[in-house]
Amino acid sequence: MIEVRNLTKRYGDLIAIRDISFTAANGQILGFLGPNGAGKTTTMRVITGFMPATSGTVKVAGYDIFDDSYEVRKRIGYLPESPPLYGDMTVTSYLRFVGRIRGIAKAELSDSVDRVLHTCGLADVTERVVGHLSKGFRQRVGLAQALIHNPSVLVLDEPTIGLDPRQIIDIRTLIKELAGERTVILSTHILPEVAQLCEKVVIINEGRIAVEGVLAELTQGKTLEQVFLNYIAKEPADGHAAAEEATA
Amino acid sequence: MRNALAIAGKELRSYFVSPIAYVVLTGFLLLGGWFFFNLLARFNFLLSIYSAMRNPEAQTRLNLNEFVISPLLHNLSVVLVILVPVITMRSFAEEKRSGTYELLMTSPLSITEIVAGKFLGAFAFLLIMIGLTGIYPIILLLYGNPELGIIASGYLGLLLLATAFVTVGLLTSSVTENQIIAAVSCLVILLLMYVIAWPADTSGPVLGAVLKYVSLTEHFSEMVKGIIDTKDLVYFASVILLSLFLTQRSVESVRWR
Repeated sequence: MIEVRNLTKRYGDLIAIRDISFTAANGQILGFLGPNGAGKTTTMRVITGFMPATSGTVKVAGYDIFDDSYEVRKRIGYLPESPPLYGDMTVTSYLRFVGRIRGIAKAELSDSVDRVLHTCGLADVTERVVGHLSKGFRQRVGLAQALIHNPSVLVLDEPTIGLDPRQIIDIRTLIKELAGERTVILSTHILPEVAQLCEKVVIINEGRIAVEGVLAELTQGKTLEQVFLNYIAKEPADGHAAAEEATA
Repeated sequence: MRNALAIAGKELRSYFVSPIAYVVLTGFLLLGGWFFFNLLARFNFLLSIYSAMRNPEAQTRLNLNEFVISPLLHNLSVVLVILVPVITMRSFAEEKRSGTYELLMTSPLSITEIVAGKFLGAFAFLLIMIGLTGIYPIILLLYGNPELGIIASGYLGLLLLATAFVTVGLLTSSVTENQIIAAVSCLVILLLMYVIAWPADTSGPVLGAVLKYVSLTEHFSEMVKGIIDTKDLVYFASVILLSLFLTQRSVESVRWR
């Protein structure tokens, strides 16, 4: 469903991600883990077609993100790190606007808006101005925006960041419900979230894939924290270890 | 087209839910009204002097088009140089800053649709702005006898001029995420295009002709005089299309490898 192959993204001299490859199957929730600045957001921006990669390819539902960008964008729902909201619109008018630019026919627009208002628990704030909503509600509007055209692929960049515990539980439940037939890529650095939601895990560190695998196989009795720290530490630690051996 | 209209509608609404639209419209109409009032007062003054001097020849040379409408349109065009950058500065810069750019760019929209939508939204606002100043010629038509054709030609000129301003504003907004930079660079470009013909008379025949051709005001002045010439229409169309094309390229450049 999502196939990332040899992706490299350079900003001038800075290499944000190098030679990244992984796949996510239909209906899978893939946890995309990594410390801050590891290249998670960059990868997601490339997958969603927001920015091109320096080299490498991404295929979503069989379409190449560079050659068939339009087809890919039709099928992806994307919640960026900060929800892309127009602060001066009401929740309903915002969602109607997003629905229209995502190509929903006028006749179905009201139904689609009602559907996401319901799934994201926004029924009570439909006429509120987006800019006046609390952070939790804004995050939900952001999620509603990503779901409105019923995409087969969802890309969520840290969807639970800055929410209170109850809201986090709500959003997690929602993501789990949403998965079903959809493919979800979930970027986060909250490990319990991954342990609860994801079947598959990709850990990225300093722009490289540290490990890709099924969650159960990776942990095998260990906690995800241990696995994560192990892989994050691995590369620099290897270098250090080698250097220490050399001096010893 | 449907997508472009959706964006245009959103743009137009966002002007009116923020105070920008009201501040700009109030300022524009306030200044316009002041110009109109003073031009009319001067006209009346001249009229009374000439009739007191019993100078029928000078009196016939006094006409509303030349003494009220024409300077009014020129003054309004100067105000537009300052206000249009304020209208257009948000168009792309704010989307980039607030992160909604990601929404637009990852939606199944073509860049042309995005640019067309932004342009139509700003253009619709411009129509409202210039349309509201239509009250001044209407007053003249009710109480005097200006020539309608010249007024229409002048207004068409003002609309074309302002549309060209808007496209320049979209271009500068598309290259930055800072609204101030977008507005200031637009203002500087517009002022420059306004005064570029100043050295035309002293800079030799060829360069002079080139400078005059590039200047927005030269073409605008012709239309205010009531002359609708194809070369002026072609000039405005070229400026508008070129700026829109460059805007399209600049927005698209995010997607280039």
